[in-house]
Amino acid sequence: MKRFFGFVRKEFYHIFRDWRTVIILFGMPAIQLLLFGYVITNEIKDVGIAVFDQSKDEVTIKLTNKIASSGYFKIIDHVESYQDIERIFKKGKVKEIIVFEQDFAKKLKKEGIADIQLLTDASEPNTANLIVNYTSGIIASFNKELNPLANSKMRITPEVRMLYNPELKGVFMFVPGIMAMLLMLVSAIMTSISITREKELGTMEVLLVSPLKPVQIIFGKVMPYVFLAFADALIIIAIGHYVFGMPILGSLGLLMLESLIFITVALALGILISTVTNSQQIAMMLSMVALMLPTILLSGFIFPIENMPWILQVLCQLMPPKWFIIIIKSIMLKGNGFLFVWKETLILLGMAAFFIILSIKKFKIRLEG
Amino acid sequence: MKTILFILQKEFIQIFRNKTMLPIIFVVPIIQLLVLVHAATFEMKHIKMYVVDNDMSATSRKMISKFSGSPFYKIKFISFSYPDAEKCLQNGSVDVVLRIPVHFERDLFKSDEAKVQLSVNAINGVSAGLIYAYSNQIISSLNRELISKNISVNENTVAPENINVTYTHWYNPQLNYKTFMVPGILVLLVTLIGLFLAGMNVVREKEIGTIEQINVTPIKKYQFMAGKLIPFWIIALFELAFGLTLGKLLFNIPMVGNLGLVFLSGAVYLIAVLGMGLFISTLANTQQQAMFLSFFFMIVFLLMSGLFTSVESMPNWAQQFNRINPIAYFIKIMRMVLLKGSGFSDIKYEFYTLIFIGLGVMTLAVRRYRKVA
Repeated sequence: MKRFFGFVRKEFYHIFRDWRTVIILFGMPAIQLLLFGYVITNEIKDVGIAVFDQSKDEVTIKLTNKIASSGYFKIIDHVESYQDIERIFKKGKVKEIIVFEQDFAKKLKKEGIADIQLLTDASEPNTANLIVNYTSGIIASFNKELNPLANSKMRITPEVRMLYNPELKGVFMFVPGIMAMLLMLVSAIMTSISITREKELGTMEVLLVSPLKPVQIIFGKVMPYVFLAFADALIIIAIGHYVFGMPILGSLGLLMLESLIFITVALALGILISTVTNSQQIAMMLSMVALMLPTILLSGFIFPIENMPWILQVLCQLMPPKWFIIIIKSIMLKGNGFLFVWKETLILLGMAAFFIILSIKKFKIRLEG
Repeated sequence: MKTILFILQKEFIQIFRNKTMLPIIFVVPIIQLLVLVHAATFEMKHIKMYVVDNDMSATSRKMISKFSGSPFYKIKFISFSYPDAEKCLQNGSVDVVLRIPVHFERDLFKSDEAKVQLSVNAINGVSAGLIYAYSNQIISSLNRELISKNISVNENTVAPENINVTYTHWYNPQLNYKTFMVPGILVLLVTLIGLFLAGMNVVREKEIGTIEQINVTPIKKYQFMAGKLIPFWIIALFELAFGLTLGKLLFNIPMVGNLGLVFLSGAVYLIAVLGMGLFISTLANTQQQAMFLSFFFMIVFLLMSGLFTSVESMPNWAQQFNRINPIAYFIKIMRMVLLKGSGFSDIKYEFYTLIFIGLGVMTLAVRRYRKVA
């Protein structure tokens, strides 16, 4: 047993004496969380727009001012003719052009109706959609001000409740995702690389002839990463909770337990990868393509699974992070207990058992010549 | 000059005799385009909706049929029980609950105002915002229909002054998300090649120890660097061409602009990326470190670049950061030229900045590089 702890200590030294690894281990979760939390939003603010006012009367000027002072838009250009529109869009600064028809105020007074056309640069489709929605909202409220009585006729107003995340904060999505991603990175990728490294450098041979049993070697290799992964999980939850106000409605103990199960799955995957290859580079490529990309893309981390074609949806079901993310969200945001997540937990446990058995079968205690 | 050619020859032989290299060059772009474009989508289709219709009137049915007729919604359940709907929201089988209260129609006709309730699962804030936007559009179009239908009944209720809003989405009228993603993913592809492969190649010589052998030869620093970087510059440009072809064949993305301009910008952009790869290689001693550092830099630069979310909605400091982020410039150029057909005069600011960044990063990397192991 003492030998084993000596071995674990050696592994810790290996990790901590390299500042680059330490930065990755502890800087990555913090920076990623901050980036995701602050950068990725779907708010609209100071979007550049242009106005093509063919009428220039008091109504259009008033409406233009209202749009400009909303805080969502910034009028950065004025269009004088239809030929201008194409040119302005091509420059890329203007995302929307508001076209007022000729004799706007006169038509509004006489015929009771006047047209506004919104042209958007839809090379960013979702932004275009949001911009149209915001602009129509402003115009509608302006319209209501114009005729306060009449326009209230026959109105259905939607009352919207945003459940679980009333301020539509991006972090609520990203905390679970980043947790899954980093636990995967630390547990699976780092482990697989550090084991193959011993193989590649030839030191694995030295370890295998030492009195340590192969099981002890593997356990000793993965032990430090279990601690580090756990530390990372705590850092992420702490930043999410204290910096971004992510609630932890469910039980923290359950959350930790589930993380441990996920870490086990990831470690088993890491060991499995290290048994199939002897070179660091291939181990890296395998981990990147087989573990990292699916964790980011096919887990519902950033992109909702429901929108994918069915074949990718089937693939998603096979990804451990998908289930882990569902569990975290369910516990942290919805405050669900174990009864709501037993199915997902069972799936993760099954995956863990499967990969552990597979990697034990594949593990060779001899080096091939 | 002859020395460089020999080094180039050596590098190409080394790259192509590595058996994992060819699959990387050809398979990775295919997988990326196929998987990423389909997986990386914020496009909302088939939003799962639970309708609680406690009114069962003509108007409520009309509203439901409007939602089910929209391509964005899929009505999974209709019932009278709100608690049941909330349970479905809780366990995630629906995304949004539409609740039409009792006397909805009566209220609408009597007091001209009626309310419906939308409860959205907002854990994914971006999706929730879009769900809200779509619902709003559907309800307001229903409002317009109801008003115009009622004109004939009692004319004096119609608003005397009405502003009619229409909209057209240029360059992508169907709001096709794939058109938006493909140019960005091509940028990602080119970046991966430049940043990871080039950086790791130099570090590999360090790790194996062969860099010492090169250092004792009369090869000059610039010759060594050119020899290391030019192969990946060529491979990455080839990848760009390959990726564009795939994008055209698989997704039929529009290519309105001048392709020569795309490649010219790509060539300049790659100088910056290769410089970054080289810089990382001076910081690392093992391939493992090089990989993690590249990964770290790439995630930061990529997330800020506007590949997935629009730069406009980022906070100010992020937009300032993007002034030195080459990925942001190249993504912008790609989208502008490919989708909108912008010409050189439209992108000249971005283009010159890329040249500037490329030269800066390259100088920094070359200066940091020491010809001692």
